[in-house]
Amino acid sequence: MKRVLPILTVVVAIFALWYAAAVWLNAAWAYDKAERAERTLSISELVTDTWSQDKPKLPAPHQVAAEIWKTTGEMALNGRAFSKRSLIYHSWITFSSTALGFLLGTALGVALAIGIVYNRTMDMSVMPWVIASQTIPILAIAPMIIVVLNAVGISGLLPKAMISMYLSFFPVVVGMVKGLRSPSAMQLDQMRTWNASPSQTFWRLRLPSSMPYFFTSLKIAMAASLVGAIVGELPTGAVAGLGARLLAGSYYGQTIQIWSALLMAATLAALLVGLIGVLQRLTLRRMGMA
Amino acid sequence: MAWLAAGLLFWALGWWINHLLAHRPRTTATRLAVPIIFGLTVIAIWECLVRGLGISPVLLPPPSQIAARFATSTAILWEDFVQTALKGALTGYIIGCGAAFLTAIAIDRSPFLQRGLLPVGNFVAALPIIGMAPILVMWFGFDWQSKAAVVVVMVFFPMLVNTVQGLAEADAMQRDLMRTYAAGYMTTLLKLRLPAAMPFIFNGLKIATTLALIGAIVAEFFGSPVKGMGFRISTSVGQLALDLVWAEIVVAALAGSGFYGLVALIERRITFWHPSQRSRI
Repeated sequence: MKRVLPILTVVVAIFALWYAAAVWLNAAWAYDKAERAERTLSISELVTDTWSQDKPKLPAPHQVAAEIWKTTGEMALNGRAFSKRSLIYHSWITFSSTALGFLLGTALGVALAIGIVYNRTMDMSVMPWVIASQTIPILAIAPMIIVVLNAVGISGLLPKAMISMYLSFFPVVVGMVKGLRSPSAMQLDQMRTWNASPSQTFWRLRLPSSMPYFFTSLKIAMAASLVGAIVGELPTGAVAGLGARLLAGSYYGQTIQIWSALLMAATLAALLVGLIGVLQRLTLRRMGMA
Repeated sequence: MAWLAAGLLFWALGWWINHLLAHRPRTTATRLAVPIIFGLTVIAIWECLVRGLGISPVLLPPPSQIAARFATSTAILWEDFVQTALKGALTGYIIGCGAAFLTAIAIDRSPFLQRGLLPVGNFVAALPIIGMAPILVMWFGFDWQSKAAVVVVMVFFPMLVNTVQGLAEADAMQRDLMRTYAAGYMTTLLKLRLPAAMPFIFNGLKIATTLALIGAIVAEFFGSPVKGMGFRISTSVGQLALDLVWAEIVVAALAGSGFYGLVALIERRITFWHPSQRSRI
């Protein structure tokens, strides 16, 4: 309770601010409409109007919630959960490229980290570039990657997943290099006194002791690969996916649609990161580390 | 075929030199030379592969063509750089990091607010904030103000979380010492807790540099005036002028690394006492 109360207070404050901001931002349009109808607005009329406009500057939370329910729960009840108008369908598209990119990125990251830890030449030549690669705003070339891969004949899931992969391999490399090097000199010496081969040292000492670092970087990698998938959907001409919903919403000024796609993306991120958190707790408890 | 053989030769040569250098004692010179040789090798192999396999420049232009394009269109590149990096990213970076820093100081005296804001801040930092871009472009118009707003939203939470964590860094013993000196809240903050928080604050500032450029560029995909790096990239892709796109990417990479390097340099000056900054012997 001691931990929940402050968080609840902050969340309630955010909602209160949101409703107030909705009144403030949408008031201009409400007054404009009232003037054309030649009537004056009382305060309560103003508030109800600003919270129920069709294309508000800032939709009120309940409008967004209603839109999300209309495009997920209600459609699922009607048995049209995977129709093209349903947010479940778009979330699924985004999720599948996020997941593929995340898996590829994790595999690449772990492979690079093992190379860096075991090979001195790779450590000195690749590591600085891994770090430099992240100061490059790679998202900027997302549209180009999509277009170029389309021209080569690769389309669909893979181009988006490549962008997710590029964004997600970095935290894994950095975390795994740190983790694989975390055994102390004393522990490594102990392995040597037992005449352990390099592969035995790897499987029984280095890999297990890297696990806490591994899961922490997986959480960051998951968040990053979701961002990659969403941005990767922007230039595909707004076909499918949460990013495409964002773009279509901004073309047609459908603010409620933008906000509902945004909240779905946030929910997806929370679910995926939470899932890794659960896996982390289970694994580490099983290993006696938590 | 000759190009492919040359590429293979470059690869073997670069790897051989680096292998020799890496197995010598580490000095500043080898630490700089090895990554540079690696980078040059990659560029040489790229050039050889593109020419050897006859890849159309519409798909992947060779580095020489990109360099030529870069040299001929410096005026456009500079205009885009000013619009996106200086006006959009830098303004947003200063406002966002400043606001986050002040917020962290403001909630510092209230443990209640900290316990509430930290989990929420951590949660928001993991969200795809970039999705806010279309909304902010709608609110603030097409010019750089909306890009700065996107950057503010993107850098705020990572910076806030890092600063709050840093302010909690000074331990009980050090605070007790300050109390025995009869130091008030402000003195303790200025002389003990802010200096102790500096490594965390700079960590936040460094994360924010990359986020700022990404935010400013991606926000331009949702609408911008007829200049800016994001605008140029998305229109040039449409015109299949990929050499210009790559030139923009070079600018973005230079701007990103330069910005990051600058913050890292300031960090080294200010947190010279921290173990991670001391020279390794």
